[in-house]
Parts: sequence; C-alpha cells; structure tokens
Amino acid sequence: MAKITYIEHDGTEHTVDVKTGLSVMEGAIKNNIPGIDADCGGACACATCHVYVDEAWASKTGEKSAMEESMLDFAENVEPSSRLSCQIKVTDDLEGLTVRMPESQH
Amino acid sequence: MADPKAKVVILGAGHAGGSAAAFLRQYGHEGPIVLIGDEPIAPYQRPPLSKAWLKGEADASSLALKDDAWYAENDCDLRLGVTAVSINRATKTVLLSPNGAVTYDYLIIATGARARKLPIPGADLGGVMELRTAADAEALKGALGPGKRLAIIGGGYIGLEAAASARALGAWALIIEREPRILARVACEELSTFFQDYHQAKGVNFELSAGVKALEGENGQVRRVRLNDDRVIDCDAVLVGVGALPNEELARDAGLDCANGIVVDLQARTADPSVFAIGDVTHRPLPLYERQFRLESVPNALEQAKQVASAITGHAPPNPEAPWFWSDQYDLKLQIAGIPFDADSRVIRGDRAAAKFAIFHLKGDQVQAVEAVNAPPEFMMGKMLILNRKPVSRERLADSSISMKEVAA
Repeated sequence: MAKITYIEHDGTEHTVDVKTGLSVMEGAIKNNIPGIDADCGGACACATCHVYVDEAWASKTGEKSAMEESMLDFAENVEPSSRLSCQIKVTDDLEGLTVRMPESQH
Repeated sequence: MADPKAKVVILGAGHAGGSAAAFLRQYGHEGPIVLIGDEPIAPYQRPPLSKAWLKGEADASSLALKDDAWYAENDCDLRLGVTAVSINRATKTVLLSPNGAVTYDYLIIATGARARKLPIPGADLGGVMELRTAADAEALKGALGPGKRLAIIGGGYIGLEAAASARALGAWALIIEREPRILARVACEELSTFFQDYHQAKGVNFELSAGVKALEGENGQVRRVRLNDDRVIDCDAVLVGVGALPNEELARDAGLDCANGIVVDLQARTADPSVFAIGDVTHRPLPLYERQFRLESVPNALEQAKQVASAITGHAPPNPEAPWFWSDQYDLKLQIAGIPFDADSRVIRGDRAAAKFAIFHLKGDQVQAVEAVNAPPEFMMGKMLILNRKPVSRERLADSSISMKEVAA
C-alpha cells in the first residue's frame, strides 16, 4: 500500500491509498480521480493516462520502456518528467508519490 | 436542462454502464444512480479476457473498473444478477427479473452485445464456448494447457487473441474461417496476410474458406469438428467467435428506433429525451465519416459514457474522437484508428518483415484509417490526421526516413 497524491491541472489534490501491484493509473481509475482517462485500460496503447512525475521520484518510478517513450512522444504537453501512469507499478517505495496531470489527455 | 437531483437508471453494468455511473459522479451528479447488471460481478474490463487475463497475467481485482466499496461510497445502487424485462416509457418504469421494478428520470441503456450463435448441430455440447464475459474466460482458461486441442471458429480479433493465448499456454490451436482470409471484415488484405503468417510461425493452424457442418461429441462433451467437406478434426474444446449482435430488443420493444443498434445522437440520446443508450448496443453518429455506425470498442463505450454524463449534468461535452481499437497478440501491438470508409488507396510505411509497420487508408489525400503494428508514432499521428482532415503526401507517408511528425506537419 502506498499513499499517492494526484493533482489535477486546476490544482485540485486527491490523496488516496493504492494497493501494491496496481499501477498508478489503476489507483486513479479505481478512486474515480478526474484527469486520467486510461482508455485502453493499461495496455500502453493510448497515452491517455499521461502524468508528470517529480524529478525526486524518477529513480523509484523506474525507466520508460521503448513503447512508452514512443507513445509519449506523440502525446500533448509532454515534458521530460512525463510518464504514462499505467506503466508505473505501485510498490511500498512509492509512499508519498505525487503526480500532476496535464491539461488534457486528448 | 441539467437536473443534479434526477434519478438515473443504467441498464447494463459493463464497461459503458459502469463508466457512465463513474462519470456522472465525477461531473457532480447528486441524484440517485441505479446500476443494473445481469452478471454476478461489478463492472470490469473485458479486453484483457482474451489477452493478459487468459494467460494468467491479470487477476480479477485488476479487471474490476472500481473496487467493490466504490459503489456504496458513491451512493451508486449496484444491483447484480438482475435483468431488465421491459421499459415503459409512459410511466418511466423498468420491469425487472427475478422481480421488482424501478422508476427513472433518465434511463441509460448499456446492454452491450452478445455473441452470435452458430446454427449447427452440436453447438450446445459441453466444451463449446464463447468469449464475452469473465465466466466465459474462466471456462476457456480451464480448457487450455499443454497438450489440449482448441478449435476456434472465426478468424476475427477474439479468435486470434485466443489462439495467441492458447499457444502461450502450450495448447494446440486451429482457426477455422469461412472467408478466404482471416480478419476479412475488419482489416485489409496485407494485414490479414501478415497476421496469418505470424500466427503460423507460432504454430497456429488455419482452415480458410472452410465451413463447419457440425460439432460432434461424446457423453455431452465436444470432441470433433466436422467441416463442410466432411473432414473431421479432433479437439478438446471449441471457441466460437463469429461476431456479436446488439442487445437492442428492450429498446425496440419500447418503441425506440433501432437499426443494428439503438439509434442515438451525439449526446447518446434516443428520440425520447429521457432515454439514452451507450456502448456496443448503439448505432451512433460518426461525424468524421458522415454516417451512423455501430462500434464495438472500449474507447467508444467511454466516449459515449462521457457524452451521456455531460448531457445529464450540463458538463462540457467530450472532444470529438476518431474511433480506435487495439489488439495484443504475442509481441505484436496492433493499434487501429479510424475506419476505412470510402478509402481509395493504401500506403504501407515501415517494414513488415521486422513486424513494425503501418497501413494507411486514404480517400484522396486524406487519411481515413491507419492500422499500425508495433508502430505507435504512425498510430498517434495517423489518429490526429484522421481527426484534423489535413491532406498528406502519399510519397512522404510511404517514406519512413521522414518522421511522422514531419509528414503530418
């Protein structure tokens, strides 16, 4: 279990407990947090679960796969801290993780 | 017209129905929500059933759209194992089975589609399966494993994904297709050929242009498939994946317009202002292609769930989207955007031998659809080009030394 804070583009914060083993995207969907669409349910096929992960967490959230990199390259408002949240697995190490959402997923 | 206190009844607790309930709450709807489903479990994702779940890479809790507690916490009255029998639009009442009735201010029909049945002898034998629900997937998984023989009738996406999963689990697999090629109704010839070759290399067998005369069994259990030419193939299980039919009867009986799906507008509304329909069961407008069509896909279910939640709550409607689909087979990620209506030419970009390519379908110089295999840039930019209708050069599109960003610029 890890406490994760999701911050919408307008600044609204949602802090929820997410089970270990789920993805950061699944934590948002199961808690009905607006701003992460995840149209493909986590298959890395749609780039609609785009989030920004603070630099401080980069090592704990792991490396981007080539597929994720490639999908992100074509999403809107991409920054160096951009990730697809379906590709970040929740571990106990992610306790306190904060992710921010882009203005739009489409 | 938004009424935050209105009582919303959703018939069908699949991806569309479950998402509509979630978006209603997300968009601030305060009135009661009743979500009625005939399956015994809360809304879940179906796409993994033929892919990750079948291979044992996903469990039931990861399939669930929401945790079970979400429904109570969000005042969503989830009624499982309940079927709607009829809709009375005059009294705004739905009759339920096994018993009871529910009234509504707004009704959302999200009854989905059901597997088409094969009208042949033996279709009701044990071990003859379809793949629409978690229960179906559970049964299929039980029939797969090293040394087991699975005969798949229908070379569509469900059949191909099940074949890939069966091979991953060590089972023998055969695909029997009535048409001369697999994916005949949903993909172009080049893609059919590519997928058939790939599956063959992975050990899947094919019988094309082949009809099934009967399924034969022993002690009520299927053991053989008899083809039209009387050849007989031994098997332990049969998966029938020959398309789906919309569950539109409730709507039709209630006098709502149906034409291979319940006819709705871009708010997902029927001709009755109190009744909406979303997901696989609808015949919906596709403004990009200037026609009505029935789509079977999760992105469509989500888009219409947003449309209806917006219409009821007064929330801003979702941005228009190009229809899109995906499929995972072995290490292949197929992503399709658009539908090749009226396309008059095709452009192939990339390397088929390296399993990294895309097929663009054009109408004049506009992209109508793209089928991308392990090619996310082609898919993402293709989807954008389909939406913005920007003309492209066929020569540049075919040249993979020019990046997709430049081609679309």
